[in-house]
Amino acid sequence: MTTVSPINKQSNELTAHKEEHADHRLFGLITFLIADGMTFAGFFAAYLTFKAVNPLLPDAVYELELPLPTLNTILLLVSSATFHKAGKALEKSNSKKCQYWLLITASLGIAFLISQMFEYFTLPFGLTDNLYASTFYALTGFHGLHVTLGAIMICIVWWQSRSPGGRVTASNRFPLEAAELYWHFVDGIWVVLFIILYLL
Amino acid sequence: MSISLPPSTKNNIEKLQPTGWLRYFSFSLDHKVIGIQYLVCGFIFYLIGGLLAGAIRIELTSPISDFMPREVYNQVLTLHGTIMIFLWIVPVVNGAFGNYLIPFYVGARDMAFPRLNAVAFWLIPPAGLLLISSYFINGAAQSGWTAYPPLSITTPAAGQIIWIISVLLLGGSSIFGGINFIATILKLRRPGLKLMQLPMYCWAMLGTSILVVLSTPVLAGTLILLSFDIVAHTGFFNPSLGGNVIVYQHLFWFYSHPAVYIMVLPAFGLVSEILPVHSRKPLFGYTTMVYSIMAIVALGLVVWAHHMFTSGTPPWMRLFFTIATAFIAVPTGIKFFNWVATLWGGRISLNSAILFSCGFIVNFVLGGITGVALAQVPFDVHVHDTYFVVAHFHYIVYGGSVFVIFSSIYHWYPKFTGKMLNEKIGKLHFAITFIGFNLCFAPQHWLGLNGMPRRVAEYDPQFAFVNQLSSIGALLMALSTLPFLWNVLYSIFKGEESGDNPWKALTPEWLTTSPPPVENWIGEAPLVTEPYGYGEKQARKASSKPNSDQ
Amino acid sequence: MPPKTGVYAILISLALIIACIWASNNLSLLPADASSNAPIYDELFNVLFVIGTILFVGMTGLVIYSLIQFRRKPGEEGDGLAIKDNLPLEILWTAVPAVVILFVGLYSYDIYERMGGMQTLNHDVHNQHSMSSEERLWGGIGTLKEDNAEIKEFPINVELTAMQFAFLFNYPKGEIISGELHVPVGQPVSMKMESKDVIHAFWVPEFRLKQDVIPGQPTILNFTPTKTGRYPIICAELCGPYHGGMRSTVVVEEPEEYDAWFQKNSKSTEVEL
Repeated sequence: MTTVSPINKQSNELTAHKEEHADHRLFGLITFLIADGMTFAGFFAAYLTFKAVNPLLPDAVYELELPLPTLNTILLLVSSATFHKAGKALEKSNSKKCQYWLLITASLGIAFLISQMFEYFTLPFGLTDNLYASTFYALTGFHGLHVTLGAIMICIVWWQSRSPGGRVTASNRFPLEAAELYWHFVDGIWVVLFIILYLL
Repeated sequence: MSISLPPSTKNNIEKLQPTGWLRYFSFSLDHKVIGIQYLVCGFIFYLIGGLLAGAIRIELTSPISDFMPREVYNQVLTLHGTIMIFLWIVPVVNGAFGNYLIPFYVGARDMAFPRLNAVAFWLIPPAGLLLISSYFINGAAQSGWTAYPPLSITTPAAGQIIWIISVLLLGGSSIFGGINFIATILKLRRPGLKLMQLPMYCWAMLGTSILVVLSTPVLAGTLILLSFDIVAHTGFFNPSLGGNVIVYQHLFWFYSHPAVYIMVLPAFGLVSEILPVHSRKPLFGYTTMVYSIMAIVALGLVVWAHHMFTSGTPPWMRLFFTIATAFIAVPTGIKFFNWVATLWGGRISLNSAILFSCGFIVNFVLGGITGVALAQVPFDVHVHDTYFVVAHFHYIVYGGSVFVIFSSIYHWYPKFTGKMLNEKIGKLHFAITFIGFNLCFAPQHWLGLNGMPRRVAEYDPQFAFVNQLSSIGALLMALSTLPFLWNVLYSIFKGEESGDNPWKALTPEWLTTSPPPVENWIGEAPLVTEPYGYGEKQARKASSKPNSDQ
Repeated sequence: MPPKTGVYAILISLALIIACIWASNNLSLLPADASSNAPIYDELFNVLFVIGTILFVGMTGLVIYSLIQFRRKPGEEGDGLAIKDNLPLEILWTAVPAVVILFVGLYSYDIYERMGGMQTLNHDVHNQHSMSSEERLWGGIGTLKEDNAEIKEFPINVELTAMQFAFLFNYPKGEIISGELHVPVGQPVSMKMESKDVIHAFWVPEFRLKQDVIPGQPTILNFTPTKTGRYPIICAELCGPYHGGMRSTVVVEEPEEYDAWFQKNSKSTEVEL
């Protein structure tokens, strides 16, 4: 490799870059989340158009209960707060506390998924029953996929934040910050989804 | 930048990177290697797509369907469109030149996320092979590159599903690339380099990447829904199950109209780099060029329904999209006038690069004029889905983007290889391409106006002569690739040495060796605050400026 | 710019404009005009053709002139002029296209209105047939209402069913089902269209009209044929392997001939029923 070291001359510049370094990855992640948000926006637009234009066929069943999804909303909102707690704990190098909050966040996420599955099994309609049903399952399913991925990420971060030997430390907070940002994003999407699918 | 990896892993990776020609077949993290990978890979797909176009033109030399079965004809036109858009123009104008040039332009040693960059490239060859293999497995998709349901739901499922998977992979590659470009341009600029000092191609790529990030995911979501319709028999877009086919069209065009700008905005940027160098003049109206790119990006997102004027859209919607579409002509027009003003009063070297660029201007102006006409609802209801539209968009994507790709290859070939291309063969290539292209597509305007719909294997015999004329043009276009291929391959080995900066250009990529070293510069990256500082009066001042920092 | 060049430029531009207007009036780039829509369309086409040709020839001329005039002659060294920008010039070529676009937009709106594009598409005549999907009728443009009082009568109702790969025309009044569209000259026709399978499009080049025929979404197309003759009906939306062969004919005939055809066919179906 013909890497000449111009960097030595400009050591200030290099350190400056090194500090920015994590920022680039977060910036990339934010851009990616905007893109991901557009996928959801497309789904929402499709759902709203279907509702506005295509009347439900006479014998079709499409009824949603409110209690369970309300519980789900609370679960996710609380999990966002607990994830924030975990991040604060890591900032203070308190990895025990961080792990504790991460575990709670993961449990809340998994509780959300279980509750969502429960809702799926108790709903009076299936995936191919009618247009609204299909869109409902596509939207919640796509969101559920995001929650699943997030839960897996939290578990990995949890494992890596164990006090000796873990890679996630107070000086390397990026994995946790990335997972946290992603998690807040998924929660935000859920709130929009909850309003559009259940309340409207 | 190399520093995006911890030092230890970086060294390991560097050790694993092959050198010499082998690195072009490796998971290289060097943005220049990735750029060449995009370019060569894209060109191979261009040749395949060109063969398919040839098959279409052979079929259309006679008014009856006699060259291939009708099902195969529909597969060929679907593959032709998909390959040319997703595997040739989008990867090359964005991926190839973007990867090669953007790090130079912002004064960086690599892209912001080199590994993501390599992943983005390596999604393309498998996706392309998958797409082409579908033809041999069970027949490729038959519903055109637009894949309108319910046709795409009722045609054989295997080909359509493979088509969806490969377009999703290519879309993913495109999004990863877009994220990388945005981060590189906004975050990796060399200290001291201001946004308004960047070469125009950076602005074009920034605008394009914004479009990619905002619109491609919508296509991905739509195609996922479509695949559900095909595999799981849901009814999103299936009217017999209560679905709505128009919703698909809205979602599809929300991506696919910006896709046109994803194909031409980078080309605009490349032309803005090429013209000043060879006419030895500053780029005219830098500031208005930047604003017009951003105006095109903003307007480009809100014009999609002009593809649906005959789908039965409400009058208010038609009016809104007519006006929005027509107004894109204003920022686009500004760019064209500025380019002509760049040529005006210059000292133009009449070489292949500038000829292809000027060919682009002429072709694109015609494509843009027919575009403004097509934006008018009453005009569009007659010619929509006819050969007039075929002619229009080939003037945009071939006469526009592909001409610029050729121009760029002539311009940057010395940078890539350190060798010059043969100018005489280059001019021959331009002449055949320009004549062939116009002979092929200009008559198609008349065909569309007089009643020949697009995507047909058989047509009214009165159109036979004009179609044969068009096919002769296509033959010339096919022949034109031969001198080009010979030129490119011969020059790698036997071409004249170019030196580091054969065009005496001032943009940063030329202020290093040709081909450049692995991390772009031996020593510090130069600070180029005036990438277009050509011109008689300021010649001395401008040429000394880039080096003033060292 | 020396004054002589300016004079030449003005003369060339004038010649170009005159040539364009002549060409648009004398070259036949379009097929016969056989509906009340067509002459309005051709008017728009001519205006766009003149503007477009002037722009295209002008730009091409500028590019070629620049390449020749400012080419580097052998032995020449050095750069061109260091002109970076010129604000008045840039404002000019932002404003002029904007005005042209605005003019074209307003003009085409006027054309659109004259074609009947801004009318509401729910006609009473159709409500009888399609109560359920009344509010979901979408449609194309077409001249149903015109200024001359003669065409105030009820339009002829036709129902079009498209399928892979044929058009079927149903005349509810006479219970006729026909593979060809028969219409009397000079009388408005209102066509309700729906597809049985995939999206098709109904296009008659001589009428300058096209409307997609969509499954699950009835569309309306109104037109008034003005010239007798047989014109092709073409499917303009990819609908499967035989898309290119999906054609039919519209027969525009004198009212008497049409009546004769109508009587003959409606009687025969009545007998069968």
